[in-house]
Amino acid sequence: MTGVPILTLLVALPLVAGALLAALNNRDGSKDGLVRWAALGASLVPFVLSLALWAAFDASAEAAPFQFLERHAWIPTFGIEYSLGIDGISLMLVVLTTFLTPIALLTSWESIHERVKEFSVFMLLLEAAMIGVFVSLDLFLFYVFWDFMLIPMYFLIGIWGYDQRLYASIKFMLYTMAGSVLMLIAIIGTAWLHQQATGAYSFDVLRLYELRIPEHLQYWFFLAFAVAFAIKVPLFPFHTWLPDAHVQAPTPGSVILAGVLLKMGSYGLVRFAFPLFPEAALAFAPLLATLSVIAIVYGALVAMVQPDMKKLVAYSSVSHMGFVVLGIAAMNTQGLQGSVYQMLAHGVSTGGLFAIVGMLSDRRHTRLISEFGGLKAVMPRLTAAFLIITLASVGLPGTNGFIGEFLILLGAFRWDPKFVVVAGLGVILSAVYMLWMFQRVYYGEVTNAENRHLPDLSLREWAVVGPLCAMAIVMGVAPNLFLAPMEPAVTRIVQRMEARVPMNVDSGWRRWFSHDAAAATARVGTGEGQ
Amino acid sequence: MTSSDFDAVVPVICVALAGLFAMLAEAFRARGEKMPIGGLALIGLVGAGVASVLLWNRTATSFGVVTADNFSLFINLVLVAVGILTVVFSAATIERDGIPAGEYYALMLFAIVGMMLMVQSSDLLLMFLALETMSIAVYVLTGIRRDQANATEAAFKYFLLGAFASAFFLYGIAFIYGVTGTTHLERAGAAIAAQSMTDNPMLLIAVGLLIVGFAFKVAAVPFHMWSPDAYEGAPAVVTGFMSTGVKAAAVAAFARVFLSALGPLVDDWTPVLWVIAVLTMVVGTVVGVSQTSIKRMLAYSSIAHAGYLLVAIIAANDVGKASLLFYLASYAVTNVGAFGIIALLGSKEHANDELRDYAGLAHTHPGLAALMTIFLLSLGGFPPTAGFIAKWYAFSAAVTEGYYWLAVIGFLSSVVSVYFYLRIVVMMYMTERDARPVPPPVRGLAMAGLVVSVLAVLYLGVLPAQVISWAEQSIATIF
Repeated sequence: MTGVPILTLLVALPLVAGALLAALNNRDGSKDGLVRWAALGASLVPFVLSLALWAAFDASAEAAPFQFLERHAWIPTFGIEYSLGIDGISLMLVVLTTFLTPIALLTSWESIHERVKEFSVFMLLLEAAMIGVFVSLDLFLFYVFWDFMLIPMYFLIGIWGYDQRLYASIKFMLYTMAGSVLMLIAIIGTAWLHQQATGAYSFDVLRLYELRIPEHLQYWFFLAFAVAFAIKVPLFPFHTWLPDAHVQAPTPGSVILAGVLLKMGSYGLVRFAFPLFPEAALAFAPLLATLSVIAIVYGALVAMVQPDMKKLVAYSSVSHMGFVVLGIAAMNTQGLQGSVYQMLAHGVSTGGLFAIVGMLSDRRHTRLISEFGGLKAVMPRLTAAFLIITLASVGLPGTNGFIGEFLILLGAFRWDPKFVVVAGLGVILSAVYMLWMFQRVYYGEVTNAENRHLPDLSLREWAVVGPLCAMAIVMGVAPNLFLAPMEPAVTRIVQRMEARVPMNVDSGWRRWFSHDAAAATARVGTGEGQ
Repeated sequence: MTSSDFDAVVPVICVALAGLFAMLAEAFRARGEKMPIGGLALIGLVGAGVASVLLWNRTATSFGVVTADNFSLFINLVLVAVGILTVVFSAATIERDGIPAGEYYALMLFAIVGMMLMVQSSDLLLMFLALETMSIAVYVLTGIRRDQANATEAAFKYFLLGAFASAFFLYGIAFIYGVTGTTHLERAGAAIAAQSMTDNPMLLIAVGLLIVGFAFKVAAVPFHMWSPDAYEGAPAVVTGFMSTGVKAAAVAAFARVFLSALGPLVDDWTPVLWVIAVLTMVVGTVVGVSQTSIKRMLAYSSIAHAGYLLVAIIAANDVGKASLLFYLASYAVTNVGAFGIIALLGSKEHANDELRDYAGLAHTHPGLAALMTIFLLSLGGFPPTAGFIAKWYAFSAAVTEGYYWLAVIGFLSSVVSVYFYLRIVVMMYMTERDARPVPPPVRGLAMAGLVVSVLAVLYLGVLPAQVISWAEQSIATIF
């Protein structure tokens, strides 16, 4: 693959396709069909490319940490480079992005009927920006994609959303921006420190990793990064934009928002905030973990009482993303692997939930749980698909959700069991709210006459839910397929953190258990126990 | 190669000649006869542009008071670009508004003469004369629609307050002369530095008076009161011209005086400018949020941008000093384009400059709505546009100089400003049009001008390296 700038292609293809579509004259909507197929085709190409990328990726421990590197001077005065490269973590997230975008575009066939061309253009721009975020190795370039991503998402919510869309879109925009401008200041500060230390500005992450930043500055910079990412994740108490944005966004927007956009926050923590400011990160880790277990429980409790399915799924995202942050805060191999795995799993299952809720809402124009009931008799196939995704979301063993949550809890347990005690509640609660919703919507008698003749899955909807259900199960039974490529990357991040700040990884659970264990052994030895 | 005494004034002469010919043409024009006076203006401006390019790196001086260093040449080129775009947009609108072409173009060209001279002058007295040349032409341009009450009011307000500010400026020059015995910038600067007069109260008074004079011209808070009225009352093309050309010239002259001659007093004027910059950014954005007229909204936006420019002056260091010029260039192409759209969307009967006039524009004028969106995103500082790089550059200068809070306030105020820029986007894309008449279509040269500005905005946003390096070479000549 040498010589082919495959990462640039991945970013550029959707951009170019979007620009070409934008140039198409479709004012009367007569070419909607063509536009839809063209957009779908344009989004499948990056998917195929990303699979090729996966195949060519060298996941052995000796391989270069970042592969498919591309590096060109961009703004030389500041050492800003157009620098792309991926490790196992970004590879997986790129694949997630290219996997979900065609699916989201497919869901738009049913739910978007106005200004189809503009919609497809914004979706493709969004895809380019998301891929760009995951493959940038230059902080400045990363920020450009990160901020640019807001524009298409803003239009997607604002134009094609439900009735509160204006409020939701502005809130989404301002919230995210407020966080990210502070991060930008920290980015500038970091590059400046690099200039102080070496005489040259650099925004290159790999070089900045080596930088020793004074601790008092680390705290400020870490806070700026962490708040920006926490807003995106979203972590409690920065989550209030999410229910609005999710509920108001059109189905494809929700799929992408929940499936990929939220992961940009947790990815940012893993890639930037933690390794750049290790001392500060470890000092703040207990705080992050506390907020994330609050998010886990709070999100679950609020989800439980939602009358609106979309809002329920939105709050379940708050809960599930809490797990992701908890795993990152634990900062050991299991926790971090679990977090990345949970990002992928959550992308698939929440994307699926939003897609199916969108199908119900397209049919009935309501998302209220109370409007439904007994759908199992009417639409058995959709019910089956929803059940699979629900169980994946709940974390049933054999589905993708289980692997992620299990690894996270394991990692967190090694670090500090008290967080696991609370987070474990979240696992139970997620079963409660998801299954309860499932029961109310699908089981029982058909109470509402309008539901009696709803059509089951169409062929196109099969194409949406089929891959999602398949992935939910494949990821549950063959996790190594996905864990193996990211393993070297995860190990490297953990080792880098440990090299900077010696951590006693197993300190947490030893403090809880080994004292008793030693005492018990002693008792056995002296025969006191008998 | 010998350089004659006239080299440095060639760009100014080109524009001035075009202005004189425009006046003559108007005098010989029979009633109802059409003359390509706009074309004449374009020729003069292009000539000035070419002359500026040829003078690059030569640091020519004329008569000891006019200098053509790279700094002024860079600004000259920005002014030429602003001028050309303004002429292009004017050609499509002034006839509609019933503005006499000859007078209009002559005044505009004389204003540009004033702007160029103001930046090129190395003597405070000449700078004052240039400032007045520019200001008087712009006062008249503001009130050029004599049949409109708000235009006359705007011009009158602008003139009265402007005259006041000029007096402050002149008084400041007098104090400088009193202390150093010269009005020449270099000699005054040398005298200040040599005698270490940094705590001389007379000098501090001079600094204060000059700050007032300049702050008025760049519309910095609390000397901004005139600008929303003047911007609203003037025809939209003139507003675009004022908010970019006048601002560019004034900011550049500000930078020249304060960074070179008054450089030794940096510790005295920085705190004052810090406060002014913060006030300007905050007031500009916060008041902008509640506006319902697009012109007024963008007037407040350009107040806020004056604040960002002041940040660039405050933070002028080795890295950041070029940010001022880059910011000016980015802001100029963006704002001229935005006001161009406002001007072009007006019709004889309706100015179409209320926020609600933009409802559903994406349906009726999809191309224009897209262009306007790009301009607004650039004003709001979104990548990948010029505005993002410019803001990032200015604030990174501030951060590296240790002005963290200035950067924080600046960035947060720019988040607030995004809110009102998005209000226009919401109108264009997410609101249904009511019964208001649909604005006229835009085509031809004017559309080409808009497209060129958008391309410039994107070019500066995606590939800024070249212009940044020019800006660096250029600012290196003043300090």
